[in-house]
Amino acid sequence: MNSVQTAVSQTSPPKKSFLYDPKVRGAFYQVVLVVAIIALFYVAATNAIENLQRAKIASGFGFLNNTAGFDISQTLIQFSAAGGTYGDAFIVGLLNTLIVSAIGIFFTTFLGFLIGIARLSKNWMVAKVAMVYVEVLRNVPLLVQLLFWYIAVLGALPQPRNSLEMGAGFYLNSRGLFMAKPIWASNIGILVAVLLIGLIGTFIYRRWARKQQEQTGRQYPVGKVTLALVLGLPILTWIVLALIGANPISFELPRKGTFNLTGGMQILPEFVALLLGLVTYTAAFIAEVVRAGILAVSKGQTEAAGSLGLTPGQTLRLVVIPQAMRVIIPPLTSQYLNLTKNSSLAVAIGYPDLVQVFMGTVLNQTGQAIEVVVITMGVYLTISLLTSFIMNIYNRRVAIVER
Amino acid sequence: MSTAVDMPRFVRARQVEALPPPNLARGPIAWIRENLFSGPFNTILTLVVFYLLYVSVPPLVKFLFIDAVWTGTDRAACRADTGGSESGACWAFIWDKINYFIYGSYTISERWRVNIFFILLAVGVVWLLWLKAPRRDLGAVYFFWVFPVVSYVLLTGGNENFSGRFWLGFAIFGALVIALFAFFAALLKTSMRPALILGGGIVAVIGITLALVDLDFGLAHVPTSLWGGILVTLLVATVGIVVSLPFGIVLALGRRSKLPIVRLASVIFIEFVRGVPLITVLIMANTMLPLFLPGDMTVDRLLRPLIGTALFASAYMAEVVRGGLQAMPKGQYEGAMSLGLNYPQMMSLIILPQALRIVIPGIVNTFIGLFKDTSLVAIVGIFDLVKTIEASRIDPNWAAPTIGITGYAFAALFYFVFCFGMSRYSLGVERRLAAGQKR
Repeated sequence: MNSVQTAVSQTSPPKKSFLYDPKVRGAFYQVVLVVAIIALFYVAATNAIENLQRAKIASGFGFLNNTAGFDISQTLIQFSAAGGTYGDAFIVGLLNTLIVSAIGIFFTTFLGFLIGIARLSKNWMVAKVAMVYVEVLRNVPLLVQLLFWYIAVLGALPQPRNSLEMGAGFYLNSRGLFMAKPIWASNIGILVAVLLIGLIGTFIYRRWARKQQEQTGRQYPVGKVTLALVLGLPILTWIVLALIGANPISFELPRKGTFNLTGGMQILPEFVALLLGLVTYTAAFIAEVVRAGILAVSKGQTEAAGSLGLTPGQTLRLVVIPQAMRVIIPPLTSQYLNLTKNSSLAVAIGYPDLVQVFMGTVLNQTGQAIEVVVITMGVYLTISLLTSFIMNIYNRRVAIVER
Repeated sequence: MSTAVDMPRFVRARQVEALPPPNLARGPIAWIRENLFSGPFNTILTLVVFYLLYVSVPPLVKFLFIDAVWTGTDRAACRADTGGSESGACWAFIWDKINYFIYGSYTISERWRVNIFFILLAVGVVWLLWLKAPRRDLGAVYFFWVFPVVSYVLLTGGNENFSGRFWLGFAIFGALVIALFAFFAALLKTSMRPALILGGGIVAVIGITLALVDLDFGLAHVPTSLWGGILVTLLVATVGIVVSLPFGIVLALGRRSKLPIVRLASVIFIEFVRGVPLITVLIMANTMLPLFLPGDMTVDRLLRPLIGTALFASAYMAEVVRGGLQAMPKGQYEGAMSLGLNYPQMMSLIILPQALRIVIPGIVNTFIGLFKDTSLVAIVGIFDLVKTIEASRIDPNWAAPTIGITGYAFAALFYFVFCFGMSRYSLGVERRLAAGQKR
């Protein structure tokens, strides 16, 4: 026994070559990697500088102040070919991307949850229809769907002079959807203030009701009060204001002329096609996320809630949904991000989003590929990283606290 | 005293007729009641869905099949005013253009080469995806080396005609690589043989590849500008998978590495690519790649989006593979290390075979995404299936109102068949793998 130990200790202090030290090796690999990356960037940069000089393309971000000289079909801010700069065009494109993403996220959440829940319905018909929807929409490229919506469906719409009248000031023709345009009077502030008061009131009431319930067990009609404060109060104010002759919101209806519709608000067919495509496509993915989330709540939870005497509605609201949301929210956010990134396919149907305006027109006009690509990618990257940062914070908050 | 025995008992003399089975517990009617009309809410739901189906399905069937025009040589057949009746989908148009949709403008007399490419691709895919196929290791060699090289020669015609100077340069490069391996073996005082075999092997693989590309097989050269249609769609997808799988594995290993700089570089690459839309990557490849190369070098127009999609897919593949690596129990790593395996041995012999196996569904799902994303190369002007349809749609010879819908319906069908098939496969594998995990 003893002799074995001594034998081991005699042979074990090896003549350690530093080449076998994992730290040295690690450092070596990393130095090789750094050198390779730097060499790659150096070669790329020198080539780029040389090529740009030969092509006589200026570099730097000065071009953002130059006059753009092209028109954009949908602008949320003031923009004209004569006065707008490339920087303005960038902002116009960015806003267009953001608005189609925001509206798309709103509708796709609604549709996605509807279909996800329908897939779990006990009604065979509903479940199968939802399944077919998900399988078809998920397995056809978004680009094909967008082109289909744009050319096949919206292209079949009538000329402006034969506009389809849909009632309530809505008209549909090949130039898009026309609808009443709200005109804000100067006293719109009152309405906004009332809405804010309603929101704050709701917040305070909910906190109070929750505290009361925790202390006394008495429940208060939170849902009804919320509805009354957030919706009822502003509408009441509006009616009162309208009755005393100080209507804060009036509508300008589109009028049908001989050849075209004038006035009102026009929504581009490109916008409608992009929105339809994004909403229906993303909804298929969200439906699967929702389905997985609900299935992830174990059956025992529902049964336990039932045995505590909760009604099915309460079980869903207080037991199943809070736990399902914990599973649903992270993939749901990544679907929102996908929708935002997919909105860049607008370039295929000519909706003036960030990629179409900035990476398309501006890039072609100025030729400053590097700057334009860096800015555009930077925007998307910022959106993604910001979202995942917020997501991480949220995840930490809702994560199951384990012992 | 009366007992139960004394009590007059009632014994039925005649057998009672059996009750009929509960009226509505079995059979189709009961099923319908149970599944479609179990309550007022369900009934309304069913009726609403029936109405929606009634509104949408019959017109669709009417358009796609009943009113469809199956034969014809030009637009006259598909127009309502000249075709006689109200016309539906114009399948004659697809039939007329089918060769263009499959091969693009690929030289007609050379299209058999594309057919062989399709067959080789099918062989490779089946070999790798069929879990019981024999010698799947050879399948990997085939799919990641033999198949790409043979396809390159087949499709372009090969015969690159490298100069003598090029081969001299390669000989020097090869000697240098082998010398480097020998040098490290000497430095680390390990045996020389495996080092020489490894170095020689790398040089031999590159050399054989170059030689195959260089040789004149008598195939006519077909420039990539002529390629198009399903050929390009499948090509982009294939290059994507062939590049992204190995590169994704490297990135995933890098992200899990203990070396901080390696990890940082991998994380930056993966998060950067995953944070931007594919279309921006494609435009970047299209406009910036030529800038980064020396002025006299040009990149083939088809190669640019290929690089873009391959890099893009790699980042997504890396995340899938990372999931597999993280799912491996720590004991597997520790067991491998305690056997004295070094890092490459541990990864290639113990961890990756298991990790890759459990992420097959994830890999297939990423590939479905990649396959759908190949349609985006149309936006940067590559003639894939979508672009060939776009181009044929405006052919005056086939000018009819239904052409656009028919074309996109065909594209949708094509993508759907492939993607749906792959998703069924991945579900099947998932179920099989789950069966092994069940206790």
